[in-house]
Amino acid sequence: MLEIKCPYCGKRSQNEFSYGGDATIKRPQLGEEISTEDWDNFVYYRDNPRGKHSELWHHVSGCRQWFKVSRDTATHEIFDTCKMNEDFNV
Amino acid sequence: MSNNFRTTNSNGLINKDKKINFTFNGTIYHGYEGDTLASALIANGVHLVGRSFKYHRPRGFLGVGVEEPNAMVQLHDGNKSEPNIIATEVELVEGLKAKSQNCWPSVQFDIGEINNVLNRFFPAGFYYKTFMWPKSFWMKIYEPFIRKAAGMGKAPLLPDPDRYEHNYEHCDVLVVGSGPSGLASALAAAKNGARVILAEDKPNFGGSLLTDEVTIGNMSGKEWASDTISQLKSMPNVILKKRSQVFGYYDHNMTVMIERVSDHIENPSKYTPRQRLHYIRAGEVIVSTGSIERPISFGNNDRPGIVLASAAKEYMKVYETLVGKKPIIFTNNDTAYSTALEFIKNDIEPIIVDTRDSSNGELVKEVQQKGISIKFNSGIADTKGHLKINSAIIGKLDSSKESFISEETVECDCICMSGGWTPTVHLSSQAGNKLKFNDDIDAFVPDKKRQKETAIGAANGSFTLNQSLAEGFQVGFDLSNKFTDQNNPTNSPNSNEPSYEKHEKLWCMPLPSGKKPKRFIDFQNDVAVSDVELAIREGFRSIEHVKRYTTLGMAGDQGKTSNLNGLQYVSKIEKKIVPEVGHTTFRPPYTPVTIGAIVGREVGNHYLPTRKSPIHTWHEENNAVFVAAGLWQRPRYYPRGSEDMNSAVNREAANVRKNVGICDVTTLGKIDIKGPDAPEFLNRVYTNAWLKLPIGKARYGVMLREDGMVFDDGTTSRLSENHFHMTTTTAQAANVLSHLEYYLQVVWPDLDVNVLSTTEQWSGIAVAGPKSRDLLSKLFPDVDMSNEGLPFMGLVDSSIDGIKARIYRISFSGELAYEVNVESNYGLYMWKKIMEVGQSFDIQPYGTEALSTLRIEMGHVAGAELDGRTIPFDVGLNSMVSQKKDFIGKRSLSKDAFTESDRQTIVGLVPLDKKTKIPEGSHIIEDNSAVAPIPKLGHVSSSCWSVEYNNPFSIAIIKDGKNKIGKNLYAVSPLKDISIPVEVVSSHYVDPEGSRVRS
Repeated sequence: MLEIKCPYCGKRSQNEFSYGGDATIKRPQLGEEISTEDWDNFVYYRDNPRGKHSELWHHVSGCRQWFKVSRDTATHEIFDTCKMNEDFNV
Repeated sequence: MSNNFRTTNSNGLINKDKKINFTFNGTIYHGYEGDTLASALIANGVHLVGRSFKYHRPRGFLGVGVEEPNAMVQLHDGNKSEPNIIATEVELVEGLKAKSQNCWPSVQFDIGEINNVLNRFFPAGFYYKTFMWPKSFWMKIYEPFIRKAAGMGKAPLLPDPDRYEHNYEHCDVLVVGSGPSGLASALAAAKNGARVILAEDKPNFGGSLLTDEVTIGNMSGKEWASDTISQLKSMPNVILKKRSQVFGYYDHNMTVMIERVSDHIENPSKYTPRQRLHYIRAGEVIVSTGSIERPISFGNNDRPGIVLASAAKEYMKVYETLVGKKPIIFTNNDTAYSTALEFIKNDIEPIIVDTRDSSNGELVKEVQQKGISIKFNSGIADTKGHLKINSAIIGKLDSSKESFISEETVECDCICMSGGWTPTVHLSSQAGNKLKFNDDIDAFVPDKKRQKETAIGAANGSFTLNQSLAEGFQVGFDLSNKFTDQNNPTNSPNSNEPSYEKHEKLWCMPLPSGKKPKRFIDFQNDVAVSDVELAIREGFRSIEHVKRYTTLGMAGDQGKTSNLNGLQYVSKIEKKIVPEVGHTTFRPPYTPVTIGAIVGREVGNHYLPTRKSPIHTWHEENNAVFVAAGLWQRPRYYPRGSEDMNSAVNREAANVRKNVGICDVTTLGKIDIKGPDAPEFLNRVYTNAWLKLPIGKARYGVMLREDGMVFDDGTTSRLSENHFHMTTTTAQAANVLSHLEYYLQVVWPDLDVNVLSTTEQWSGIAVAGPKSRDLLSKLFPDVDMSNEGLPFMGLVDSSIDGIKARIYRISFSGELAYEVNVESNYGLYMWKKIMEVGQSFDIQPYGTEALSTLRIEMGHVAGAELDGRTIPFDVGLNSMVSQKKDFIGKRSLSKDAFTESDRQTIVGLVPLDKKTKIPEGSHIIEDNSAVAPIPKLGHVSSSCWSVEYNNPFSIAIIKDGKNKIGKNLYAVSPLKDISIPVEVVSSHYVDPEGSRVRS
């Protein structure tokens, strides 16, 4: 079980959180003209990297904040976590 | 006869003043307090404990602790029965019952032993080869037969009555194992101020110090261990845990430990857990798990009475028990001589067989000084004795040590063998440590760590006491320094132990002349040298493949005694060095763990939380039958007298259509939405328009996922300019809240909106039916309930008896209907009030079944239609989709597949005979006589008995549904072997114009 540092609450066990996918995905603007390919890339297509991955987690059984986690997908090492409006330090 | 194999000394850890009676295979024996089941049986001369996995060979004890591969027994009976328990780990307790496994009719005479005679038909991989043909035989004939013949104990068929608990712990330093290095590191870390947990699997702390003749400082090893434990006990920053096995090492330094809390207590309190599972998140883990002695492979080396030399010593020193009185010590190294000396102390002269040409080790000399001659350059070729060893064939090895030059038969009642020592690296390996091969000790040791884990002492390949203590004190201090600033190192005391000469790299004896007895490597999985040879002859090269083909090192044992010997043998045949062969993966759990302990207290009513509405007690008092809706318990129907479910449901639903019904809808999700951007936010979340919703009005809304599929629906009302009250379905309440939070926090943080779940703050009561207006007018005389005063989708605040109530005019039943919301604490009061006033209007409560009937008849979609695979078009919600604005998921709706004109759509189905109910999940097909595979048009999502028309009615989602209305199709359920001719009708079966809700 991972130990994740919520930027609001501190270190907590993984079972308090839910995973929210790739944090680098940007939703297209509302009303924006967008090709099917670009839309599909937004909705469906995700990289599946081995190594460092920037991802979203939701402290669902805690403060209910969404935040960012930089995690190694192979070793589970967590390099940093930060609030949505912040950038990772490492 | 009883306890005939006890030593005469009393230096051990058993209490001969306290007798304990126990039963093994129906015979009553006694042992003493402090005994294990193993030591007590051996003391009574019982070595035969079970039959081997594949060949059903008689087997006895090999070890004295977790390393034991053979002596697995079934404990207790009835609902407490537990299979595959290692007898060396079971502490004796009054009345204990144990029996042998994998034998029939008895362990002495086992029919399955025919497998041993037929062993040439059971080589490695025999499952794969023998039972492949004919294919159809596998499931019905071969597999059940093999299951019965092979395998271990029997799983109990009754629920486990015992109590298990889970515990979460955090510490700076977790020390696993309380031998010299573990004690040293725990002491150093604790003295330096770190929070320390010390875990020991056995009932006594001390590890090898309990059996080795050494001195530390001015004390014996045993005294030093006991002194160190006393020191640790007095420190508030230390938790000491014995009978506690750390069996798994997971991510982020999470280890899991099983503590045997009351297995050793005769009559534990009802509330004392049997075992406790500890999840320990440690800052640093010190792996001081020691080492396990290796067996040697020789002919028939698995007979009862053949044990590890270290086990024999521990039985003598700790349990005051002799594994035999005519022992042979067989070794390739010096350490087994300490076992020889222990026998000599007990006035027993062992025969010593040593593969080496000579040794000048201190212990060897001491043995020689006592006048014992040693057969150097010799090995055991074979053994005899069916249910217990009675003699050994000792051979003189030739110079190459590949064959024997002479053989002699020697009588004996036990063989104590030692093939040297293997560090217990399981936990380090589980932690992701890349092991390296250490040539000096011919074993793998931890090397490159991935987690905060440090192996010390014998687990790290440091086999001398001085090294172990020095590492322990140093590492304990260094690691604790990460957590404290006391900088208080503890010095390692001087220690003394005998010096040892090097072992010989020889773990497999040649075959005796003219014979081919089995030479076992893995006792638990019945893998012999010949099986490894066969695997390699058949082309298996990777050690992982050899493992799977032969089953070497698998299952509960995880290769504790067999792993290295297997690797050594593969490397010998392949003419590679061991590190080139590599090693297999060590998996958790290190020792078998009871499923009950893993489950913990989450059984029965504790399996999940139960959510009850504030009106729940009324439902109970009024004979409600409940159904689980997620975590909620909801009334399904309220049978009267001898009514069955169908009649009750029909009565309840018909009464709504005719008079008035009342339904507890407290479980609906409710979300409070506030902020200047709240209207804009709803406009983006829902498919329809929200900016112009007037204050005091509710609106039905549909929300999609980004992929265009319908996510949830519900009504949301505007309470004031910037304040909305959203309702969701019961099932999706939590997901909708997370969804809203995601968009507010991640996607559109610029929107000034706050959302909060208020599901548990409100109690909701639906009042539905043509008489609902009259009823509520009587209850709330101040409110104008007319169509003008409170129109469809309107809401009004009122109160009775000082209780504030919010009345919505919304309908899920399709009838004139209202929903009364009050603060949760007043839910029951309001419900009773409505029931009371409703008596004169023939009110009846209705449950979820009638609720479904009513909505299905109306063609209202619910979870069965909104199953994550339907877009608004499919379920008749196209009119809800705004063409003017963008919203979540809108772009997906214009994708090609989503705009095809013959997409699946929602329809109604009526059976042609107007009698046969159509099972939910049935397939819809066009031609009943077609040959499979028959194209499937769609499926039945919801079914009910229409109380309006008095015949079955179903909702289905079928391809090009809107053009199929009026056609006859078939609803088929191959599982139930039925085929029902049906007519396709509109899904709005009752009141398609929707006039009733507006009446």
